[in-house]
Amino acid sequence: MSFLVDSVIMFTSQVLFFGFGWLFFMRQLFKDYEVRQYVVQVVFSVTFAFSCTMFELIIFEILGALSSNSRYFHWKLNLYVILLVLIFVVPFYIGYFVVSNIRLLQRQKLLFACMVWFTFMYFFWKLGDPFPILSPKHGILSIEQLISRVGVIGVTLMALLSGFGAVNCPYTYMSYFLRNVTDSDILALERRLLQTMDMIISKKKRIAMTRRQMYQRGEDQNKQTGFWGMIKSVTSTQTGSENLSLIQQEVDALEELSRQLFLETVDLQATKERIEYSKTFQGKYFNFLGYFFSIYCVWKIFMATINIVFDRVGKTDPVTRGIEITVNYLGIQFDVKFWSQHISFILVGIIIVTSIRGLLITLTKFFYAISSSKSSNVIVLVLAQIMGMYFVSSVLLMRMSMPLEYRSIVTEVLGELQFNFYHRWFDVIFLVSALSSILFLYLAHKQAPEKHMAL
Amino acid sequence: MASLDRVKVLVLGDSGVGKSSLVHLLCQNQVLGNPSWTVGCSVDVRAQDYKEGTPEEKTYYIELWDVGGSVGCASSIKSTRAVFYNSVNGIILVHDLTNKKSSQNLYRWSLEALNKDSSPTGVIVSNGSDYDREQFAENPVPLLLIGTKFDQIPDNKRNEVLTRTAFLSEDFNAEEINLDCTNPRYLAAGTSNAVKLSRFFDKVRVQRREVIYSIPLEIDPTVITACKGNIVYSVNIICIIIWCSSLAQIKVILREEQYCLF
Repeated sequence: MSFLVDSVIMFTSQVLFFGFGWLFFMRQLFKDYEVRQYVVQVVFSVTFAFSCTMFELIIFEILGALSSNSRYFHWKLNLYVILLVLIFVVPFYIGYFVVSNIRLLQRQKLLFACMVWFTFMYFFWKLGDPFPILSPKHGILSIEQLISRVGVIGVTLMALLSGFGAVNCPYTYMSYFLRNVTDSDILALERRLLQTMDMIISKKKRIAMTRRQMYQRGEDQNKQTGFWGMIKSVTSTQTGSENLSLIQQEVDALEELSRQLFLETVDLQATKERIEYSKTFQGKYFNFLGYFFSIYCVWKIFMATINIVFDRVGKTDPVTRGIEITVNYLGIQFDVKFWSQHISFILVGIIIVTSIRGLLITLTKFFYAISSSKSSNVIVLVLAQIMGMYFVSSVLLMRMSMPLEYRSIVTEVLGELQFNFYHRWFDVIFLVSALSSILFLYLAHKQAPEKHMAL
Repeated sequence: MASLDRVKVLVLGDSGVGKSSLVHLLCQNQVLGNPSWTVGCSVDVRAQDYKEGTPEEKTYYIELWDVGGSVGCASSIKSTRAVFYNSVNGIILVHDLTNKKSSQNLYRWSLEALNKDSSPTGVIVSNGSDYDREQFAENPVPLLLIGTKFDQIPDNKRNEVLTRTAFLSEDFNAEEINLDCTNPRYLAAGTSNAVKLSRFFDKVRVQRREVIYSIPLEIDPTVITACKGNIVYSVNIICIIIWCSSLAQIKVILREEQYCLF
């Protein structure tokens, strides 16, 4: 009986998450496009719903809601469905939509889509070889094989995103890094941009006039073909078309210049707006946060280095360690069991919410930057794949942040994976990503004032 | 004198509707082989014959400014784009017939462009983003509506799409053309589309001339009433000089093409 009640609760919450994913897709992602293939929207919402259900199950685990049998059952069910979606459904549809964009392969869409899927499966399988992620007692078709590979991809993505985010966040928040931009700089650049456009126009007018005259005089625009044509073109001087090609080259160079000037002007406008924003109250608040985050970022990089160098894997989670410190060193006595449950619930809740929100915002920005009307379907499906893998591996890594008694369900459900390996891999990629972002931002920051000075 | 010869027409629309292909088709009479994203603004010129076949035939070069981007993008991009909207003589609004949202975004595009219009007699649209049909009825800047990807609409949906675009062109008080940018047949000489296009460009030229002629008429009263003392005297002299020179300009142009304004 309780199993039925629990299932109803789970199902209702899944429907809620599905609705939220649907709304997010319609309102945010596909704001400027028309949804013609509803399959894409359904697949995206289903991936989102099942990923959020996994987080919900962790919360229920900590709170002790629902009976543990039904929790276990739902964990397994959820895991199977998510793996099915991530490994079979989404890649197949990605292949299908990619193939439908290519005109040549319109006839045998399904066949080519299946071929793409098989290629994906081959590389997916090969991914597991260089990593020591499995113990030999697992068979070939066990669920652990699939999860371990999904986990590797997801953990790599997580580490890349958090490395870049940890460095970029203080860089954008703090106003120390803002360059000084005055209105006259912007006006000067805009004037240059308009002058360049005027030069392009006058050159294009010349080309059009010359073309018209040549057409009216009956000269052939195309190069002379054939044997006699070649001989003729050697002897006679076609000054008209030579001039044209020279002017055309100048026009190409000027167009490239106008694009550069446009991008620089956009950059300066954005910096000016940020300077204005930093003078407001909100801006000052974010500036202060930026200092705080930069310290946190430095500490994280330091810890990652220590973990790798000393080959250390943390055994206890931050909640238990924090409680230990307060009890042992600060001498404050309180009910450990009660507080550890609530604190870990709050901590895990915060981690979940911020990671979901952060990922959705990053995906939206990414989508706006690279999508076009032809490729929007494919890109949304790729984003759904990334989102699913990200959420699965964040469950994997979150195991470390929970006290021992809650870890058991995750260990039981996901099977005997080498969790230590995943944490080590996360640290390595995080370090690499953070250091390369620092280098990249440093170079970009250095280059910008030089460009600015050269104007 | 150089500014008299410039006719500037903006080509606006969402990203991916086919503005660059359209501009290439209009100016080079060829289909664009490899369309890629427009960064900033790309300009091209179209040679348009005025009064073709008559002895007063003249060739005008119309500048088509293809401004890229989306209507909901960052404000830094919007303020940079505003640089291109100065002294515009005509606007071509491009939308994708297979995508309803691109048609709806055209209202915002037109408001963005008209709000920044700094030509002296242009009607300045007052407040932000509220759309008002009245504003477009009095608008002196001619508009043209072009729907692209006409060939991608299946036959059974064609009527529905055409009714929708008819409503749109009524709202903007503009003519509409529906075509496929990869097929020059739609704009071949003699088709109704080609006629609408040349009518639009003629309207643009005529409006431009009215703008230039009306400037001296407006400066006099405001400048004179705002000044006092002997400043009024010198300002009067200056105004008379401007008036005479513009009359001289008018006379020169009238002689050139026997266009009767008064």
